[in-house]
Amino acid sequence: MKLRDDRVKRLKDQAKRVRADILKMTHDVGAAHKGHPGGALSAADIVTALYFEVMNVDPLNPKDPDRDRFILSKGHTCPVLYAALALRGYFDRSHYQTFRTAGGMLQGHPDMTKTPGVDMTTGSLGHGLAAGLGMALAGRIDHKNYRTYVMLGDGECQEGLVWEAAMAAGHFGIGTLTAIVDVNGLQSCYPVVETMQLEPFASKWEAFRWNTIEIDGHDMVRILEALSAAASITDKPTVILAKTVKGKGVSFMEHDNSWHQKAPDDEEYRKALAELGMEVDA
Amino acid sequence: MTNRTLASTREAAGKAILDLAREGRDIIAVSADTSKSMFTTLLLDEFPERFIDTGIAEQNMMMVAAGAAATGKIAFAASYSVFTSMRCCEQLRTFVAYPKLNVNVLAGIGGFSAGIEGPTHVATEDLGIMRCIAGMTVLSPADAEATKRAVHAAVDIEGPVYIRVGRDSSPVLFDDSYPFTVGLPNLLREGNDVTLVASGIILSEVIAAADLLAEDGVGCDVIDLHTVKPVLHPEVILDSARKTGVVVTVEDHNVIGGSGTVVAEILAGHGEFILRRLGLDNTFGETGTPEELTRKYGLDALSIKATVRNLIDKT
Repeated sequence: MKLRDDRVKRLKDQAKRVRADILKMTHDVGAAHKGHPGGALSAADIVTALYFEVMNVDPLNPKDPDRDRFILSKGHTCPVLYAALALRGYFDRSHYQTFRTAGGMLQGHPDMTKTPGVDMTTGSLGHGLAAGLGMALAGRIDHKNYRTYVMLGDGECQEGLVWEAAMAAGHFGIGTLTAIVDVNGLQSCYPVVETMQLEPFASKWEAFRWNTIEIDGHDMVRILEALSAAASITDKPTVILAKTVKGKGVSFMEHDNSWHQKAPDDEEYRKALAELGMEVDA
Repeated sequence: MTNRTLASTREAAGKAILDLAREGRDIIAVSADTSKSMFTTLLLDEFPERFIDTGIAEQNMMMVAAGAAATGKIAFAASYSVFTSMRCCEQLRTFVAYPKLNVNVLAGIGGFSAGIEGPTHVATEDLGIMRCIAGMTVLSPADAEATKRAVHAAVDIEGPVYIRVGRDSSPVLFDDSYPFTVGLPNLLREGNDVTLVASGIILSEVIAAADLLAEDGVGCDVIDLHTVKPVLHPEVILDSARKTGVVVTVEDHNVIGGSGTVVAEILAGHGEFILRRLGLDNTFGETGTPEELTRKYGLDALSIKATVRNLIDKT
């Protein structure tokens, strides 16, 4: 149990570093380039758990055919992915300065041809799950046991293609595919519940033959348990519906959808890092 | 034309995919409830593990192909051209072409080949739509042999390839001596009076028109534009146009964006030519057999001949 506590403590600390780097990236490139901190912060604990504990990946061999795959279907929140990849050692953190900048490696939405460690190009919402299904089915054809993780936003689940892919994954009983929905409750303009309701959400996935787990997406213990449970079920895909808070970790960003796409200014950046207990990293 | 030997281009494509799998290429085929009509059942029967059917869900078909290609597979996505070019347009543009994935699209019942289904099922814009996508190779083979060659070529082309094929039987034009090099238009016949350019199955009407014109003493260059994009050797068309001065393109496609536009782009800025583009003039088609529609829209051999005579008699 001690070991597990240490592990959880380590991951929580790592998630803080990921959050700090999300803020650094969006702050440093400035208002002209913006970025989407709100939905990146809500996903930070889950993405940290995947890259720093769960996934079988090697930053020195990012194209390893046997690696686990991660697709950030909600591609606009790529600062969380870029921060995780940089901190994991795929590339130097100095690339943050080029985020959303012409000639830079870190594109406005994830680009598998430009950024080491990005397994699938994403951006236009609703596409990641179907791509992940293709990756998982290709692995099944080759008798490989890698796992494919796809993170979606809750608002994104208003896209029809999500449910085409969900239906097919359930039909194929593809146990190596895990979807994680970052249920932060806010989409670009308004709350999800006001825009287009998804509830009953869990039973929708269950109806499509998915193993369905609901968790608090900021509880590292529950995140690890859910990912472990997903891996133990081999004849069905698993979806983890992770209840989260948009802007999580920075009090003035939490639940405030103006941070959907905005760069923190100098003062906001300093204040946010102070809340995380992190130093400003020049 | 009479007493023609006929063969199905989409069956040729399905056989070619099976051949590639037998050769040990890392092929998969993805279908959207179109395996029987697109002949990917040939692969399914022999290599069932390499076949995925997403059901009636074309966008999912294309994304599953993209995801599999991202792991290194050579994917074929096979459905009807009207769906692959429009319903899957974004998937092809953003998730296949942009990341340069090896997804090859078999786009069946293109042009007038399934005219009896009507415009809901028959693409007459697909080549133009696909041509706009950066990095997309667009092939429009004219018969079964050309289709086979196109499929074999596609797997070794970096990034996606869109291959427009027909429906049932279309005239056999070529044998295994057919020269097929991606990007190199084939000069099939030579004459001094007019340049005829076509891609796809409608080429058979153009060849027949050239025969009719020859009887009248009008010599035609006939160019098979099997690669609609990229045309790596535009000089084949330019040299011919410089020789004849009169160019007629024939397509079962909107004249906006298809092979007529390709030729216009090639000729632009290179001198003065008479260019007449035959096809659908900013209109939809309608229901009818390929023969009926070809005649109605002036793309049959007799109509092409009449158009050419008109142009030549005026010059």
